[in-house]
Amino acid sequence: MLANYEVSQAEKKFIGLHLLFAVIAVSIGSLFGPLQALEHSGLDLYPYLQPIFKSYYQGLTIHGVLNALVFTTFFITGFLTLTTIYGLKRPLRYPKLNAVGFWMMVVGLVTAAIPILADEATVLYTFYPPMKAHWAFYLGLTLVVVGSWIEGYGMYFTYYAWRKENPGVRTPLTTFGGLITMVMWQIATLGVAAEILTMLLPWSLGLIEGTDPQLARTYFWFTGHPLVYFWLLPAYVSWYGMLPKQAGGKLFSDSLARFAFWLFLLLSVPLGFHHQYVDPGVPAGWKFLHAILTYSVFIPSMLTAFTVVASLEYAGRKRGGKGLLGWIRALPWGDPIVAAQLLAGILFFFGGIGGITNASYNVNLVVHNTAWVPGHFHLTVASAVTLSFMGISYWLVPYLTGKKLAVSNKFALAQVWTWFVGMMIFSNAMHVVGLLGAPRRTPLGLAPYIPEEWSGHLLRVGIGGTIMFFGMYMYVYIVAKTAWSKKAEPANVEVPLAESVQDPQDTPEWLDKWVPWLIGTVALLLVAYGPQLIDQISNISLTSPGFKVW
Amino acid sequence: MTEKQSMHIDPYEKNWIRLSIGLLVVFALAVTIAGFAMGIQVPSPEARVDPRTVADEGPWAEPGLRELAPGKYEAYVLAQTWQFTPREMTIPAGSEVTFYITSKDVQHGFKLQNTNINVMVIPGQVSKLSVKIDEPGRYDYICTEFCGLGHAAMFGTLIVE
Repeated sequence: MLANYEVSQAEKKFIGLHLLFAVIAVSIGSLFGPLQALEHSGLDLYPYLQPIFKSYYQGLTIHGVLNALVFTTFFITGFLTLTTIYGLKRPLRYPKLNAVGFWMMVVGLVTAAIPILADEATVLYTFYPPMKAHWAFYLGLTLVVVGSWIEGYGMYFTYYAWRKENPGVRTPLTTFGGLITMVMWQIATLGVAAEILTMLLPWSLGLIEGTDPQLARTYFWFTGHPLVYFWLLPAYVSWYGMLPKQAGGKLFSDSLARFAFWLFLLLSVPLGFHHQYVDPGVPAGWKFLHAILTYSVFIPSMLTAFTVVASLEYAGRKRGGKGLLGWIRALPWGDPIVAAQLLAGILFFFGGIGGITNASYNVNLVVHNTAWVPGHFHLTVASAVTLSFMGISYWLVPYLTGKKLAVSNKFALAQVWTWFVGMMIFSNAMHVVGLLGAPRRTPLGLAPYIPEEWSGHLLRVGIGGTIMFFGMYMYVYIVAKTAWSKKAEPANVEVPLAESVQDPQDTPEWLDKWVPWLIGTVALLLVAYGPQLIDQISNISLTSPGFKVW
Repeated sequence: MTEKQSMHIDPYEKNWIRLSIGLLVVFALAVTIAGFAMGIQVPSPEARVDPRTVADEGPWAEPGLRELAPGKYEAYVLAQTWQFTPREMTIPAGSEVTFYITSKDVQHGFKLQNTNINVMVIPGQVSKLSVKIDEPGRYDYICTEFCGLGHAAMFGTLIVE
């Protein structure tokens, strides 16, 4: 550890570039959100966009790919680069390696964006074959994923160098959580890598005639569910490792925080069949096993809920909060950084309940592929994650640029609350119409089977979506104005690392050792996925030729 | 490991963990009983077909409803862009229908509104689910997976008389 280590301007610029691409992606992707929401309310603006954007589905593809895949991946790799080097107090071991990873992600983004914008890849962000996109789409996604792997390798080398310099020292919590996130991501993305490299890419290039759509779904959801933990864990890094300090307190339990992160590594991947409960080609017994494993990943979520809330209560009481709930009011709600994360947590409470419902095996028959599902994941990725990232941005952008936020505190607070209110209205209405039977990914205004009685709920979808639109562009405005303003006040921001009530050095050593947990992760994966993967791969039949149906 | 190094768990948190596990056991029991004792089941592999020829020969060459016994039906449904064949079927109230659904092109979904029938339709696979409907009425079956430009208009109706 270098005693006087400071993150250099070059490193800040490198992390800032990640943020730049993330914010550009989300500012383009979010243009389409209200178009979809308003379509549900009966106001279809897509016909007016015809010369540029051909269909609702092209808009939905852009919305999903840019927001859920690009915004998140760029923000996360940038944020975790900072938690790695700042936590370890040492520069990246091989900065050039990380730079290669980053620019590969950028090249991949551009490569995939061209066919999407040209309406040659209107396959939504799940790109289920035999719907066939242009090969550049699959190649671009591959480059984004491989680029993120390389950035992950750069973080491991940095950690390894630090570990050799600091034997026996507990890994700083934020670094630790970031590294687990990247390792889990590299295991999880093996699924989509197998899908694209063995089937979709050679097929789109004309090297093979057909695909096996069922096997493709199994590969996809091997990655698809842990993807949500890849989004979520960096928010947890902030909730555990930073929010307690921002709220004026300490982390309640260092060891349980680490234990929860290990459980996420262990349990995030071997449960993908819960996205395939109603797939015809997966035996019910395996679906049931994954249902139970999905329930078990609820445990680290509940640990997180307890530890984060306990840390907040500690902070609230220190700030003078009294009584059973008085500490909640005593929290610094006037700070947009804190308010964003508190509101993200509240929305995630509802997201968690919905998640348990989705995961509940046969209960899924009621909600599968209905509007309930996007209602649900807007509470997770677009609330717990995105709203936390917005809050993080309000110290991270000043930290990286050395300039104070270029808007008033009130404006940033208003941004956070606008997103929260819009999301409450939107997601509630989506859950309701989903339960009533409205399909997801469908322009409901064109669907002849939608009963008149749903129009009140569908109106709320449009109202909520429109409010969120304003919430998002207030965020983009704040970040852009701060980054570009020439005469902003200089900021003296430090990375907010929370202390723990308990000395991290007292955390048992087995909570800071990789090998046993990695072995356990691979073993559980082999048990939960191995037999089905062998069965589906050995019975592969590449009989589905491609279709362009948009 | 020194004596100080142990995983400190607050008593409140221990109870919280117990409560969480208890909740999950209750949920797991509920779905297990519903699934394995009451028969509310998710689909399992039924058969593989060749999507390139499935509409030309075999049961999906002439999709439709067949009566197996009084009050017992099987329905072969073919999904394609952007329609189900047949578009309409009629059964008497109180009868049980077993659906066999496949696709000749891209992926589709099949959700029979206001019932527990909700299944992916994947080329190469046969989706099988059964339902018994007592309440007379019109039950739409809608496509729930994006299948191209005409997706929103893809539906059919099961009439229960």
